[in-house]
Amino acid sequence: MLTLNNVEVMYNRVILVLKGMSMVIPEGKIVTLLGSNGAGKTTTLKAISGLLRSEDGEVTDGYIEFNGERIEASDAETIVKKGIFQCMEGRRVFEHLTVEENLLVGAHTRKDRHNIKEDIQKVYRYFPKLEMLKNRQAGYLSGGEQQMLAIGRGMMARPKVLLLDEPSLGLAPLMVKEIFSIIKRINEEEGTTILVVEQNAKIALSIADYGYIMENGRIVMDGPVERLLENEDVKEFYLGMSDKGRKNYREVKSYKRRKRWL
Amino acid sequence: MSFFLQMLVTGIVVGSVYSLVALGFVLIYKSSDAINFAQGEFLLVGTYVCLTLVASYHIPFILAVLITLVFSAILGLVVERIVLRPFIGKPVISMIMATIGLSSILAGLVHIIWGHETRVYPKVFSDKPIQLGEVVIAPVYAWSLVIVVVMLVIFTLFFKYSKLGIAMRATADDQQAALSMGISVKTIFAVAWAIAAIVSAVGGVLLGNINGVNSSLSTIGLKVLPVAILGGLDSIPGAIIGGIIIGIIESMTGGYLDPMVGGGLKEVIPFVILVLILMIKPYGLFGKKEIERV
Ligand SMILES: Nc1ncnc2c1ncn2[C@@H]1O[C@H](COP(=O)(O)OP(=O)(O)O)[C@@H](O)[C@H]1O
Ligand SMILES: [Mg+2]
Repeated sequence: MLTLNNVEVMYNRVILVLKGMSMVIPEGKIVTLLGSNGAGKTTTLKAISGLLRSEDGEVTDGYIEFNGERIEASDAETIVKKGIFQCMEGRRVFEHLTVEENLLVGAHTRKDRHNIKEDIQKVYRYFPKLEMLKNRQAGYLSGGEQQMLAIGRGMMARPKVLLLDEPSLGLAPLMVKEIFSIIKRINEEEGTTILVVEQNAKIALSIADYGYIMENGRIVMDGPVERLLENEDVKEFYLGMSDKGRKNYREVKSYKRRKRWL
Repeated sequence: MSFFLQMLVTGIVVGSVYSLVALGFVLIYKSSDAINFAQGEFLLVGTYVCLTLVASYHIPFILAVLITLVFSAILGLVVERIVLRPFIGKPVISMIMATIGLSSILAGLVHIIWGHETRVYPKVFSDKPIQLGEVVIAPVYAWSLVIVVVMLVIFTLFFKYSKLGIAMRATADDQQAALSMGISVKTIFAVAWAIAAIVSAVGGVLLGNINGVNSSLSTIGLKVLPVAILGGLDSIPGAIIGGIIIGIIESMTGGYLDPMVGGGLKEVIPFVILVLILMIKPYGLFGKKEIERV
């Protein structure tokens, strides 16, 4: 339902970041986009959601299609209304608004205002912690609570596709587990299609149906999760299963480069 | 004692009008980080439009005020669209320069259309004073206070509960995140400018009824700068309290000190306070704290 075809993205008319990026996100599935820091994952999400323009970025080639419509030239507001919602990297909750006000802002583009109360209750069922904190200023929440709020706020828009940018960022392992199990439930129970960007490949592959791995602005590998999990390169570079446990990403990258030079 | 109370009441009333005008200032600062140097000219235009409707076209005062509000809202929208929209995403300083240019243009237009001699509103409020204990209040003061309070309550409810008001606060917090919610940041800017023009016009009409109308009224635009900074520039309650504090200090200075030094102190004192505040509390009394989680 959501397709990127040979997408090229430039910032400030000179910095070429995506260099022919293609991927398909089928309806009702969870797709994960993996890759190290600076690979262009966030740029890919912003190209889809229309947020590029607020950073002087632009899709200069290729196209993005959602349910048969080209959207690479649409603005963020139009794209949210079409049913694609991006939860930005770093949570970005509205710090001086209360938890409940944050949820209301998530529903900003909705026409069916009378269902909003009900949907707030639904978000609270997925994230019971948020209900206890509903009158608290969002800036005072813990990192995990803010991430829950950011996802809950996304649900309030009733999106067809939810784009999640590194929901595990800066969270304790237990919290990461909890949040990813809820992401899985949202996909199963609400039927929301999800594209989740991650550096934590292990947790992302544990809930996804299909995975893409990107490097330096393009996809270098993709496949159903079962196949990726068996792939030796993936095991070594992204799951860090070889000898000394998990590697730091910077090490992985330089290691890989050295290998290429041989 | 009764002189003191008299000065206090005057200070509160005039200060509350400052609060209202400062609210416009704060809104624009919150939504776009720009300082609007044309706020005083908005005030001037609003006052003159209302005066013309009442004095030249004999439209009943209340109706004239309503028409002025609509006119001001449109003025704010047009100004935002033509003068400021092109500067969205550009350095804030260029937006500030644009407001300075705008203030000269509006001041010039007012001068051409309405001249510069002082004019007075036809009698709108009765001049039978209201006796409150020892204090005598002219009805125009009482009504001004009532109108300002009503407007401040309306705006507070608007920001607290309405969809647009919440979206405006969200945009002030994090513009790009607001964009990602599907909020039209352009609309938010436009509404901020419309409200700024409206509150200025109301402030101008009230002060015009109190003191008469001439182009020096636009200096209020500069005077609310200390008010807004005192309150912290980005705090609406801060603007309200800042306005009342400045109003009272100004009135007391005018009542007690000016007779001793032969006048003029009243005009300067807000700016003296401004400098002192900036030295002691650079973010004002109620400036927004960046929330830091522990
Ligand atoms: N607004 C921007 N302007 C210029 N360059 C950018 C901008 N955002 C990202 N980049 C560059 O694009 C590359 C990819 O960034 P990003 O998409 O954030 O990667 P990832 O999310 O995979 O870490 C990086 O080299 C980064 O420096
Ligand atoms: Mg990123």
